[in-house]
Amino acid sequence: MKTATNTLCRALRTLTAVALATFTLGTTGALASGVEVALDKAPINLNDQASLQRGAGNFINYCLNCHNAAFMRYSALTQIGLSEQQIRDNLMFTTDKFGDTMESALNPQDAKEWFGVLPPDLTLAARVRGSDWLYTFLRSFHRDDASPSGWNNVIFKNVAMPHVLHDLQGTQVLAKTGEKPGHDGHIEPVMKLAVDRAGTLSAAEYDRFVVDLVNYMTYMAEPARAQRSQIGILVLFFLVIAFFVSYWLKHEYWKDVK
Amino acid sequence: MANVTKQAIEPPIGGPLGKAIVWVDERFPLMATWKAHLSEYYAPKNFNFWYYFGGLSMLVLVMQIVTGIFLTMNYKPDARFAFASVEYIMRDVSGGWLIRYMHSTGASMFFVVVYLHMMRGLMYGSYRKPRELLWIFGCLIYLCLMAEAFFGYLLPWGQMSYWGAQVIINLFGAIPFIGEDLSVWIRGDYNIGDATLNRFFAFHVIAVPLALLGLVAAHLLALHEVGSNNPDGIEIKKDLSPDGTPKDGIPFHPYYTVKDIVGVVVFLAVFSAIVFFSPEMGGYFLESANFVPADPLQTPAHIAPVWYFTPVYAMLRAIPSMFGSQFPGVAVMGAANVILFALPWLDRGKVKSVRYRGPIFRWFLGAFVFSFLVLGFLGTVPTTVWGQVPKGLPLLGGVDVATLVARVLTAVYFAFFVLMPWYTKIDKELPEPERVTY
Amino acid sequence: MSAIVLNEVDPKKRRFLIVATSVVGAGATVAGGVPFVASMFPSARAVAAGGPVEVDLAKIEPGQMLTVEYRGAPHWVIKRTPEMVAQLAKNDKLLADPKSEASIQPEYAKNDARAIKPEIFVVRGVCTHLGCSPTFRKEIGAADLGADWPGGFFCPCHQSKFDLAGRVFASMPAPSNLVIPPYKFLADSKLLIGDDSKA
Repeated sequence: MKTATNTLCRALRTLTAVALATFTLGTTGALASGVEVALDKAPINLNDQASLQRGAGNFINYCLNCHNAAFMRYSALTQIGLSEQQIRDNLMFTTDKFGDTMESALNPQDAKEWFGVLPPDLTLAARVRGSDWLYTFLRSFHRDDASPSGWNNVIFKNVAMPHVLHDLQGTQVLAKTGEKPGHDGHIEPVMKLAVDRAGTLSAAEYDRFVVDLVNYMTYMAEPARAQRSQIGILVLFFLVIAFFVSYWLKHEYWKDVK
Repeated sequence: MANVTKQAIEPPIGGPLGKAIVWVDERFPLMATWKAHLSEYYAPKNFNFWYYFGGLSMLVLVMQIVTGIFLTMNYKPDARFAFASVEYIMRDVSGGWLIRYMHSTGASMFFVVVYLHMMRGLMYGSYRKPRELLWIFGCLIYLCLMAEAFFGYLLPWGQMSYWGAQVIINLFGAIPFIGEDLSVWIRGDYNIGDATLNRFFAFHVIAVPLALLGLVAAHLLALHEVGSNNPDGIEIKKDLSPDGTPKDGIPFHPYYTVKDIVGVVVFLAVFSAIVFFSPEMGGYFLESANFVPADPLQTPAHIAPVWYFTPVYAMLRAIPSMFGSQFPGVAVMGAANVILFALPWLDRGKVKSVRYRGPIFRWFLGAFVFSFLVLGFLGTVPTTVWGQVPKGLPLLGGVDVATLVARVLTAVYFAFFVLMPWYTKIDKELPEPERVTY
Repeated sequence: MSAIVLNEVDPKKRRFLIVATSVVGAGATVAGGVPFVASMFPSARAVAAGGPVEVDLAKIEPGQMLTVEYRGAPHWVIKRTPEMVAQLAKNDKLLADPKSEASIQPEYAKNDARAIKPEIFVVRGVCTHLGCSPTFRKEIGAADLGADWPGGFFCPCHQSKFDLAGRVFASMPAPSNLVIPPYKFLADSKLLIGDDSKA
């Protein structure tokens, strides 16, 4: 009788494990058309304060012109190793109150007129889209004469945002480089991005720029994240000790139970 | 006997604390309660892994209340400020992120623990006479828990909060005749808005927690009135020692208090691993779409309920609309929860525990668990996940494979209950032991 | 014949284990309580909103009082005339604490004028009795305050009186002189209330 129950229990646990394993979903960027583009892995390192500081500068100099980061205070930047004076001198352009949140100077009316849509707030963008998506997005702009801004993006079709960083990266074009068999038997073109006219940064330098920026945005989406892992290690360590102590106590009493 | 003089109470421990206890005990049933429910409440000695989850449910309830109180100190239940107030808690309030993550993880862990607790009941027949009322209180707690989670999920006012609530409230709209008016009454407005948020806040913070606390108290009183079941499903009160205590029983305190402490530590380790290393749990505990403020003008690409509702959600989606109404799906979804109440009366078996049940019951129980898990998975993905049946086939052609599977599994789920009076009667059960086994 | 067979109970070992578990449990409770207690302190938003306040003195007239809000309380900036400043030294016999021994002010404000520069007086406009905001009564010998009124502040709630350096008169309900906040001059005509750091 018991072996059968044990088998049942084991079967249930295996089923649970299989079921849980199938819950994992891969990271892909799905286009509106349903075709999926693989996202590049962003090398995020929230302990690299130098990178976060450069990223903060990149964000404030290039993104804050149009986008808000309404949940991020300038004063919070002291967490990534900047002093109040450094923040005031180099990073605060639209306000002089150190505790203020990062607001863009762009007038919403103008935004609607120029882009057709309000540039979304970016504080949580890394949590909504994911760091890999942002990293890929910022490197996937290409010229497109058919779009209102003259730009398009491989993982966000018909995005209203122009390629703000094009003088750094250079101009990319999306060109057909070959053919391959597609999903339902049709021949599909192989499209690749290539830099047509160089910008002020080399490919490696631009990649570093984007990595720093996405690193900062990942930090900005959840400032407590680095701290959370550090505290977690201490907590688990403590709980391991607590387990041994409490188990010892339990055993001491239960040896009397026959 | 006109005068009944109270005997002098013995101090249970020495010193001033012992005297204080005596003072209280002369005015309040302190020692009587302690004895009846802890030091002289005899529980079977063969409790196993499955018996941790009742105590853990109480722990999670207390944690949710405490973290909830501190969240309420900073949260704003106003549609204009709610989303921002959650980010305020995450960034500006010291330790706020930790309190928030404990509450969101606790909500999911509450269901993990409660589902395992219910599974124990199914396996060992804990709902059988004389524990039917215990089971009914438990089912009521389960319904309150689902309501609590539903109300709470609207509060962050993200895209998933808003649209998830929209879908669920529209289900009430599917009820014939009264549906539309009922939906307006629930919402307090023609569409989900500030009025809805405020009342859901009231339900989540005070109304349902009070109901939960009352039901949990009733649940424990009902349990202690008849005594606990055990993995063998035999009643330990049949065999008493000369001192009147069950031979196979041990006092809850100190034995199960000390054992439950270990269980709590292990649970907290799992809980902390999630809170500190993966509070989003791949998007299952905290969905990424919910980090976008609610926008009534834009529906997210995939609306899925939180994972603990997905089994019944898959059932809802699997039932096609009939006579132009979604109501049949809603009715099936409701029935899936309500049928649990009937379990004590559906089970016509002689033995309680799955250890001594016949093969048919074991098969059905396994099939039930399998269907629950796979339906749960299906509820998290779009119905197109496994493609369509080839168009050529009659009747089934063009139908989503996942929908077909969901329909079959819904039938299996209900069959476990509906056929139970039959298969438990004819099943070839094994002889139960006289005394408990480990 | 119960399930409990007490063979050799070692009470010392039991006590040790109970104490050890209790210590671990107490430690966990205290550590666990830290984020909850911490959450009740002023948040980053409160601290930001409670940040120092700049005051522009370019247009302030002699005898004029400016009121600014700092940390939710009115703070006064008064341009004292030379007569007002001279009067301060003569008030000693009216006052409970002329040398500001028992009151709250920064080191640089522990003088007769209770200020960095005697002609600019910065003070927290909240009565030290029960928190009302006193009225500014600069007229010497005001009719309702008596012929020997030297000019100062009068609290309407319980009639406490303060001189033009915020020092409380003797035998008043208010127990101490008005509070002077930390402040500094950013320039000759610019004041920063709430911050007196040298950096």
